[in-house]
Amino acid sequence: MTYYRSHVLVCVDPECLGKGAHDIEDSLQDELVSQGLIDEVQVLETSRIGSCFNGPELMVYPEGVHYVGLTKDDIPYLVEEHFLKGRVAQKFIDKEVKAVDEELSAPTAKEVRVVLRNCGAIDPENIEDYIAQDGYQALGKVLTEFTPEQVIDHVLKSGLRGRGGAGFPAAKKWQLCRASLDTPKYVICNADEGDPGAFMNRRVLEGDPHSVIEGMMIAAYAIGSNQGYVYCRAEYPIAVRTLRIAIEQARAMGLLGKNILGSGFDFDLEVRIGAGAFVCGEETALMASIEGNRGEPRPRPPFPAVRGLFGKPSNINNVETYANVPQIILRGAEWFAGMGTEKSKGTKTFALAGDIKRPGLIEVPLGITLREVIFEIGGGIKDDKGFKAIQTGGPMGGCLTPEYLDTPIDYEELAKAGSIMGSGGLVVMDEETCMVDIARYFMDFIQEESCGKCTPCRVGTRRMLEILERICAGKGTPEDIPTLEMLSTQIRQDSLCGLGQGAPNPVVSVLKHFRPELEAHIYEKKCPAKVCKALIRYEIQPDACTGCTVCARNCPVGAISGERRQTHVIDPDICIRCGICKQVCNFNAVVIE
Amino acid sequence: MTIDASDGKSIKEAVRAAVARYGASKDELIPILNELNREIGFLPKEALDEVSAQLRVPASQLFSVASFYRMLSTKPRGKHVIQFCESAPCHVVGGREVWRALQNELHLFDGETSADGKWTLETTSCLGICGVGPVMMIDSDIYGNVEPTQVSSILAKYH
Repeated sequence: MTYYRSHVLVCVDPECLGKGAHDIEDSLQDELVSQGLIDEVQVLETSRIGSCFNGPELMVYPEGVHYVGLTKDDIPYLVEEHFLKGRVAQKFIDKEVKAVDEELSAPTAKEVRVVLRNCGAIDPENIEDYIAQDGYQALGKVLTEFTPEQVIDHVLKSGLRGRGGAGFPAAKKWQLCRASLDTPKYVICNADEGDPGAFMNRRVLEGDPHSVIEGMMIAAYAIGSNQGYVYCRAEYPIAVRTLRIAIEQARAMGLLGKNILGSGFDFDLEVRIGAGAFVCGEETALMASIEGNRGEPRPRPPFPAVRGLFGKPSNINNVETYANVPQIILRGAEWFAGMGTEKSKGTKTFALAGDIKRPGLIEVPLGITLREVIFEIGGGIKDDKGFKAIQTGGPMGGCLTPEYLDTPIDYEELAKAGSIMGSGGLVVMDEETCMVDIARYFMDFIQEESCGKCTPCRVGTRRMLEILERICAGKGTPEDIPTLEMLSTQIRQDSLCGLGQGAPNPVVSVLKHFRPELEAHIYEKKCPAKVCKALIRYEIQPDACTGCTVCARNCPVGAISGERRQTHVIDPDICIRCGICKQVCNFNAVVIE
Repeated sequence: MTIDASDGKSIKEAVRAAVARYGASKDELIPILNELNREIGFLPKEALDEVSAQLRVPASQLFSVASFYRMLSTKPRGKHVIQFCESAPCHVVGGREVWRALQNELHLFDGETSADGKWTLETTSCLGICGVGPVMMIDSDIYGNVEPTQVSSILAKYH
């Protein structure tokens, strides 16, 4: 084994890749070679170090120095300062991350990392790194000291609830599956993270895949299963690759396979990849997809714990749920139950996105308020605009208004406020967002992703979409509101699976919280947020226009006329309201009316 | 894309290779179709017929699976496939304007392929890189923080 004095972890999360992480890595290698340091400094790839909002970024160990916002040209200086002269290159330091001693410190004081504790701190493609962080110790403990019943009891006491969204107690599912008499039994990990704006599970799979594998093995031991499947969406190629490497390494070490750790327990794992169908995140649809069928849900009961994959008892949990399990075993149920609220224990990862200063991934104890998440951890609204709404729970969730900012994030409180916890996507919207347009947008998504098996969801969501499209086009009628309300109730009551039952939620929350905005579209034919194309007009303010002709030259349809150095005019009949003129104008002369 | 869709012989070979790799079992169907879709660019009738013969699964059932999943295509696609993320986080940070710019530039609607076979324009579900939205993927290249005015210069990189 080669020993290095420094390890550099380069974040190759897609967000950082998009900003040129590979260029950084290449020039780092080149520079280390030319400085003769390549035998002393090891360069590794990892996922997510910080929040990636200021990428490309890298972390240097053992010092735990976190460099952000790098460009290729910064690398020679960085290598010279840090690795040759041994000084921290202050100008690339991420001020908000403290140095590391034993554990990677959380970026902000409000965060607690349980599931994400290894992400960015270890090399996900090296099982030894995970083992060095107490990896597979929980498995060893369970196999040697616990009966399956004791495992279930332990997890039950911790209060761990399903992190996929519905929040069903994880150990209750295990109990039901253990009680089923039929064999074989299967353990399935739902890694089909399809909610728009949710990428927590991707990061866990890319950054710490063994924690998920270990959690699944503990669950398998508890329910009496010897075969597991991870169903991962095809949109996450890096996660799939990392997971496959992790499984191979675990197999090579004898941590997967026959007679694991000499205990007589056998378990093996396979990765299955989706092919782009949102509904496959629903557990019965997911199992149909593993079997090679259309991913269509079926009615429950029978629940998967009784009749699941290939008609056999199966336990399905999501990535984050499994990743919590080893820590619960190691640190104790009381430790886990000590975090969170009365009914929602532990921590939860969230993906912050939308109009927010610091988008990215966070992990917080449940019970934290939306205000703390948006304004303290997220840094507030982008460009200091006003906060309008936060969408929680993905496309089947709801939008919450400023008056709900002090709502603690827990399963029950969010449901009371008219939204859901969901898998953890948080989309922040500023005052320039049109909520009717957002409702239309979500209905478009749901309508497209509806599998088509049951009529209320297939036809009902399409009708709702048509109504919303009409309203956005300025052709709404007063009957539209009661019709939307009626359809919402019927779709919710009569759909087969969670997708259909939750489909009307975004519209219901707009009806509840943003009714005046909806009514303005219908009665006044106005879009207060100035978003809906048919209800707005672009105009050039004569006193601001300098006649520079930039707008006229960029207009794709030739709707702008005017002589050089003279005020330009937009012809509303030709204008397609693409907004390019507003973007290219250097004098802010283009306004929306 | 490595296999010509008009070459029936190599399609058959590709199907046999994929079936040999994953195993001739119904629950390997989606991995097999995924691989063929990647190699041929879409799933032509010849490929589905051959899979049907190899796996002993009715062609109608194969078609129902192939047409269900968004990433499997039963129609020919362009040389370059643009996948634009239509998810909420991208939408609220200006995705709609980028989408319009793409449509204007290519004169294509969602799901269409250009007459010269160069471009296919599609929307995709969330790519999970919402921190740098709006996001689009051309073939396997990811573009983040895309502005409408950048669209034509990005497209110009592809021949």
